[in-house]
Amino acid sequence: MNEGNFQMTRLSKWMEGAGPNSEIVLSSRIRLARNLKEIPFPYLASDDQREKIYSLVKGLVENNKETFENYEFYNLTELSQLDRQLCMEKHIISPQLVKDSNNSFMLLREDEAVNIMINEEDHIRIQCLYPGLQLENAWELADSLDDLLEERLDYAFDEELGYLTACPTNVGTGVRASLMMHLPGLVINKQINRILSALSQVGLIVRGLYGEGTEVVGNIVQISNQITLGQKEKEIIRNIHVVARQLIEQEEAARQALLNEGRERVADRAGRALGILSNARIIGSQEAMQLISDLRLGMDLGLIELDRKVLNQLLVVIRPAYLQKIQEKELDSYERDVCRATLIREMLEGKTH
Amino acid sequence: MFCQECKNKKATVHLTKIINNNKKEFHLCQQCASEKGELEFAFEPKFSIHHFFSGLLDVDGLEAPVGVPAPTTKIQCDNCGLTYAQFSQIGRLGCSKCYGFFGERLNSLLKRIHGSAHHTGKVPHRSGSKIRVKKEIKDMRAELQQKIAQEEFEEAAKIRDKIKELENEVKGGEKKNE
Ligand SMILES: [Zn+2]
Ligand SMILES: [Zn+2]
Repeated sequence: MNEGNFQMTRLSKWMEGAGPNSEIVLSSRIRLARNLKEIPFPYLASDDQREKIYSLVKGLVENNKETFENYEFYNLTELSQLDRQLCMEKHIISPQLVKDSNNSFMLLREDEAVNIMINEEDHIRIQCLYPGLQLENAWELADSLDDLLEERLDYAFDEELGYLTACPTNVGTGVRASLMMHLPGLVINKQINRILSALSQVGLIVRGLYGEGTEVVGNIVQISNQITLGQKEKEIIRNIHVVARQLIEQEEAARQALLNEGRERVADRAGRALGILSNARIIGSQEAMQLISDLRLGMDLGLIELDRKVLNQLLVVIRPAYLQKIQEKELDSYERDVCRATLIREMLEGKTH
Repeated sequence: MFCQECKNKKATVHLTKIINNNKKEFHLCQQCASEKGELEFAFEPKFSIHHFFSGLLDVDGLEAPVGVPAPTTKIQCDNCGLTYAQFSQIGRLGCSKCYGFFGERLNSLLKRIHGSAHHTGKVPHRSGSKIRVKKEIKDMRAELQQKIAQEEFEEAAKIRDKIKELENEVKGGEKKNE
């Protein structure tokens, strides 16, 4: 167990910016929800029962030292609220775990690409988070970890209903597959709303970066499957993959059209974004997100030379918990805006040509 | 519209929460919403999904969905004690046994959420080996029909023999359940 030296400000694998189609797909995530037989789901379970689930997983990990060589347990109860929030900003844990982390643990791989959460909404949640469009790879990894856990754990499984979960929206496969996509071309040509509402009609959930009910910020959308029962895991993944392919095609066409209409305009937009981001002294997160998007578009189109990794990192470091973590104190909104601007300036310094 | 919290910035986050059956609306700016923890970097489609299906639930658990007879007694899980009425409010089951106790009522909800109440995906390797064989038999029966339709009788015969083999395997380990 590692509590003291929590290196949450390090890079997660998904931020590397590598992977197929990474100019449009930021990350791919697979999450599997699993529960043990008869023990009440975490929100109803007693402390002893929650503890028992942890020790079962812990025993299993100790018996598979090779597989879990680069993993570490974290007791979320013992992490500060800020550290938990930071994990959420990095997409490692869900918002639920930030609020309610009684006897909740995470078993995190060093590169943060794999996280096994214990006592979240379900007893066990296996999450694999990869950069770029790699849902299949993420699924294969999650699937094999699931098999390994199942060798020792008695899962709640029903022949008719599949894996039984706390929320009926996860029952069946327990699979949630999500993609985070950057679609500035479709926002600029105003196709985005039409396309996104079409997606929601084919059983996909589409949200802005900050979740339901929010505007699309920084031209980033999340797409995930709504249905978990009645389709095979591979079908669920294939469906999202097909949709992602179409979105990529349309986004590429939109970007090409922008170039054809006026290369200078796009370059101007990116250049201005760089100008503001490299010089601003106070900046809100929403403005920063939009400018980072402009910069990313300029980079993707070869108009500005920049490291994709830096832009992915920027998406995380401008968030409130991260800013407060590096300052090692609480910041009000004005202080955060100042700190954000400073950090962005520092990160862009010497990174552009 | 201005943010109802700081009354200063434009409200861009619009949330509807159902608390004890009362619908409450919130209009916040990004900042206040994120400070109140409403606006999370949510990978988990929590809000949408809970709202989506709380609309589908019968609120008091007494009004049965079409085709399901009204219960004469309170529906409750023997294992964890959760009642169907509580489930309707929380939107979560209490334990894996709840699925059995809430039966048809829950099944019809699942059909409305997923369009199906029949799992076709992964089966656990260790504990589900028998179920896996049964599924395999089912798949092979479909294949058998296809081969017969295509008049590939030699292939069909092979598949039929395999099905028999698998069926014996299942019966061998099982004390006649069907
Ligand atoms: Zn406000
Ligand atoms: Zn129960």
